[in-house]
Amino acid sequence: MSTSDPGPTSPPRGGPHQPRRPDQPSQPPIISVAGVTRRFGTVVALDDVSLDIAPGELVGILGPNGAGKSTLLSLVSGQRKPDSGTVRLCGLDPRDPAARTTLGLTPQETGLPATLKVREVVDYIGGHYPDAVPTRELLEQFGLTGLANRQTGGMSGGQKRRLAVALALVGRPSVILLDEPTTGLDVGARQVLWQAIRDYHASGGTVLLTSHYLEEVQALAERVVVVDQGVVLADDAMDAILDRVGVRRVVLHSPALGDVDDVTTRFPQVTRVEVSGDRYELFSPDADGFVRELVGSGLEFHGLEVRGATLEEAFEQMVSHQPRTSGRGDQR
Amino acid sequence: MTATQPRPLSTAHLTRLHLKYQFLETVRVPMAVLGNLLFPALAMFFFVVPQPAVADDPVASTMAVASLGLFAICSASLFAHGLGVAEDRQLPFDPFLRTMPAGPAPRMMARVLNGGAFSLFGLVPLIVIGWVFTAATVSAAQLLAGVAVLLVVSVPFVLLGMGIGYSLPVKAAVPVVQLVLFPLAFAGGLFMPPQFFPDWLATISQATPTRAGRDILVGALTGEDVYAAAWPVLLGWTVAFAALTVWAYRRDEGRRFR
Repeated sequence: MSTSDPGPTSPPRGGPHQPRRPDQPSQPPIISVAGVTRRFGTVVALDDVSLDIAPGELVGILGPNGAGKSTLLSLVSGQRKPDSGTVRLCGLDPRDPAARTTLGLTPQETGLPATLKVREVVDYIGGHYPDAVPTRELLEQFGLTGLANRQTGGMSGGQKRRLAVALALVGRPSVILLDEPTTGLDVGARQVLWQAIRDYHASGGTVLLTSHYLEEVQALAERVVVVDQGVVLADDAMDAILDRVGVRRVVLHSPALGDVDDVTTRFPQVTRVEVSGDRYELFSPDADGFVRELVGSGLEFHGLEVRGATLEEAFEQMVSHQPRTSGRGDQR
Repeated sequence: MTATQPRPLSTAHLTRLHLKYQFLETVRVPMAVLGNLLFPALAMFFFVVPQPAVADDPVASTMAVASLGLFAICSASLFAHGLGVAEDRQLPFDPFLRTMPAGPAPRMMARVLNGGAFSLFGLVPLIVIGWVFTAATVSAAQLLAGVAVLLVVSVPFVLLGMGIGYSLPVKAAVPVVQLVLFPLAFAGGLFMPPQFFPDWLATISQATPTRAGRDILVGALTGEDVYAAAWPVLLGWTVAFAALTVWAYRRDEGRRFR
């Protein structure tokens, strides 16, 4: 019995798909989006968005469904063109095929040609790149060797996702765009793909990934861009963003806490309160401090519950800079 | 950074690549291949073989084989590419392929070649039936010339099909292909010999790509005279349909909803 056998789902290690490393630290941006607006009919998908990404960055674009994340990626990959503003990939218009020789991206898992075999799809996509990773080597890395002769229509969702990420790396890209790379995967499969993305980044590659999972962006990205309704709400280092959205939700029942103003006056850590009867829902970036002070105050309470804020709550927090007071049962 | 950017691969290499996988994808759905083989053969059995006036006359039956062969090629080109492209555009793999470092030319050329290859398979049973069951007769050289002409004539129809496919969603592409195919086939004399046309239709007929293709084909197979404008008409339509295809491709961003 071997303990070192990594098994078929072992994380692909760095290695053959070495991206072209930037020669100097002060490189021009590898992706540059400047003042870009894109409409679909009357819907403004992106509204005057600007974003520069330097070679070697791992950037997460976070936003709810319909925020404009996929539209942004489709502009960077040359699938669409902006109504106004400019997009540059490796210094070129992404609609020029030469700009895309060092671009990798994942197909949607539902979109693999069902009748082609796994190795054929890798050969097919790899065949577009001047210096592709040999198919056998890539399949090995992603634990897909055993499936090489299976038609993609017969793969499981997790296997298709693995193949999709492998396809993004087959051309030894210097930039990869990942759109919801692990949506719908179980924890194990997700970890495998996250490791593949980290390895690629560690070897010098630039990664732009979108997700509506806070967890995924948190696990991978160094820099976070928050997009909603086509506008960039925040663009900052991961730590700075976490400080902003690191809001916890505290629920408790109390007959003695008073109304919204009483709570925010008494507990400055609390940024938002919702009251319904004797049930209080409080949002605070310093839930520990709040609970400590609540216990110290001797006020009567029961049913205390603390958990991280959901993404929607984080967004609301991000949009409203002022401490917000609202109430369902108790208005000012 | 531009200087360090590797150049895309050659169009010839990329066309071979797309041709290989398009061919594989087509072959793996056997019904698509079978339909191509059966349709012209069945039409031959129903419409030509039972009519002694046509089947026993060497020139008339050769013309009938030529007309049906051309109709089969037009129909296969318009449906395979009109519908095929419209269907492909609905698959998420299509926008993915468009992000590869390649322009539209390799995929389109591969499509034309792939469509041509399967059209040729479709001609085999037609030619065999014509040879065994009718008086149609050609020399080996004439047969080869005829097949070559058929492939050349198929180009504008493949382009028209692709133009339709890139312009319209599947549900609209089906009726549009039918609306285009049948009038063109009729006016081009593929169903009824153009000698029986009234004057006005005979005039219009000579401006259609189907009539130009038919006469060039019949000329290659039987040595009959081809009207002078046939080649210019065919080339003109080829240029026009190529422009339509390029325009529709550029305009298409894979979007399907408004």
